[in-house]
Amino acid sequence: MRIFRGVIGLLMLAQVSVAGAVLNIEIIGAGDHQIPIAIVPFGGDDKVAQIINEVVTGDLRRSGLFRLVDPAGKSPHVPADVSYPDWQTRGAEALVIGAVTVQSNNRIEVRFRLLDVVKKTELIGQALSANDAQIRIVGHRIADFIYEKLTGDKGVFSTRIAYVNRQGQKYRLIIADSDGYNEHVVLANNEPIMSPSWSPDGSYLAYASFETGHAAVYVQSLYTNQRTVVADFRGSNSAPAWSPDGKQLAVVLTRDGGSQIYLVRPDGTDLRRITFNGGIDTEPNFSPDGKYLLFSSDRGGSTQIYRMPVGGGAAQRMTFGAGNNFSPRHSPDGKSFVFAHLENGKFYVAIQDFQTGQMMLITEGGWEKKPSFAPNGKIILFASEARGRGILATVSSDGRVKQHMFTQSGDAREPIWGPNL
Amino acid sequence: MKKVVISIVLVNLLAACASEKPKETASAPAPITESKTVSTAPVTAPAPASSSSSSSTPPSAPAVDPLNDPQKYPLLARRSFYYALDSSVVQDADKAALQAHAIYLSEHPNRKIRLEGNCDERGSNEYNLGLGQRRADGVRKLLELGGAKPGQIESVSYGEEKPKSTAHDETGWAQNRRTDLMYAR
Repeated sequence: MRIFRGVIGLLMLAQVSVAGAVLNIEIIGAGDHQIPIAIVPFGGDDKVAQIINEVVTGDLRRSGLFRLVDPAGKSPHVPADVSYPDWQTRGAEALVIGAVTVQSNNRIEVRFRLLDVVKKTELIGQALSANDAQIRIVGHRIADFIYEKLTGDKGVFSTRIAYVNRQGQKYRLIIADSDGYNEHVVLANNEPIMSPSWSPDGSYLAYASFETGHAAVYVQSLYTNQRTVVADFRGSNSAPAWSPDGKQLAVVLTRDGGSQIYLVRPDGTDLRRITFNGGIDTEPNFSPDGKYLLFSSDRGGSTQIYRMPVGGGAAQRMTFGAGNNFSPRHSPDGKSFVFAHLENGKFYVAIQDFQTGQMMLITEGGWEKKPSFAPNGKIILFASEARGRGILATVSSDGRVKQHMFTQSGDAREPIWGPNL
Repeated sequence: MKKVVISIVLVNLLAACASEKPKETASAPAPITESKTVSTAPVTAPAPASSSSSSSTPPSAPAVDPLNDPQKYPLLARRSFYYALDSSVVQDADKAALQAHAIYLSEHPNRKIRLEGNCDERGSNEYNLGLGQRRADGVRKLLELGGAKPGQIESVSYGEEKPKSTAHDETGWAQNRRTDLMYAR
């Protein structure tokens, strides 16, 4: 039995202001088979244990892959106190137990174990340590451990998302935990904000803001709030995309005529143009190995997705058939890409495999735009509509598990999933 | 006899002037005359006098800025121009109005104008930002061809970010596919 001490040392994010509001998440589609799991509220400090329990049960339930078994009446905190028949009769296949200690310097230590009820063995034993402002993050990490052990896929509960909240004429660029908590307002404007893009290490956001009267690209530190103007040329400057090494951005500028793709350093220097045609080329996205860009272009008449080497050169058309295709993004393993497919007036989220060229629609169609992969490649976040409002939505890559995420007020738009923390 | 001849000649000249369509390219200080306007005011005074064929007010009187005079200058009053789906081609019916704006700008070199391109929602937000820019830049070209100076014009795009209508139907979409002309104060 290994106990692995994971110390969570996250820098505190600089706050412009804490919005307080959370995203209300509704599950509207569950997985094929749900693993029945019982999570016993941890022993030790009640307040901390309750928060951790909320986070872990919430994360696992929202994933659509788990069915939570009520532990009512039983409260083992260490393996010695576990009576497996109790849990077998309740139909649980997995059991989570643990304990919390709050130390004098306000650090908390959490020890938990994941047990296999059928085989009566321990699957994981972990201890995590953090300061008391990071309790929710500890809960997310625990959920990630459990998720990975039982599904085989890396968990993404410890990640963040960014999105834009629009209410009337007010726009706010917000980052939040994957469950909608811990909102931080990165930018508040009376003019539109578009296309937030996370740096690979999660410490910067690039975005387009219209605060000077037209779209210009900025890079802002999430720790210091300082920002740099990356591109503010005539016309529209937008669609920033980080290279995987974090050393450059692809951007779309109209300074030399129509929308074309350029490379630039995050400080705005070393601008190089890489597409040269009279159409609209936009929405560049780097491949995970940094060598290619996917982008959308109407150079052939309808808007389709193309791929080109980052250094420049001939572009290869990737999408064919009826309809228009927009907003391509590579999967984390580089084997496929997700995009928005417009046909007969409806937008769908679609995935295409690079090798086979096969395209698959994974949503039912509506106003489904701007899809992005979670870092495990298994969940896609996109912009949608429900009840007459802009919302964020997720769908699993097999199309089964679905969520709708509502802001307290206004429209949620322009979502983008952040990297692993 | 001579007198009669002279007056006949003058009358013929005046008649010729009166029947001629007022030119759009009037000389600098005179307000622009719209070709579609039926001139109710006398184009020329009956007495042989002013050679300015398009002025209906005495030059020394303070003129209302044509931009604020929609009755007399209806083409200049047009500030929004609309497009077919996915198109940035200016409709034929709009060209006269844009020409009027071009002339106005060329005659008022201190005037500045901002062109704002917009789109309906049937594209990605970024594609629509590009299409809106294409629309605004297309109008810019027409204005420059008509005599406006590039330095007088700023052309930007709002894509689908600032829709006039949020209806998911053609009536709503048609309102959003447009370029707006905004004159700076």
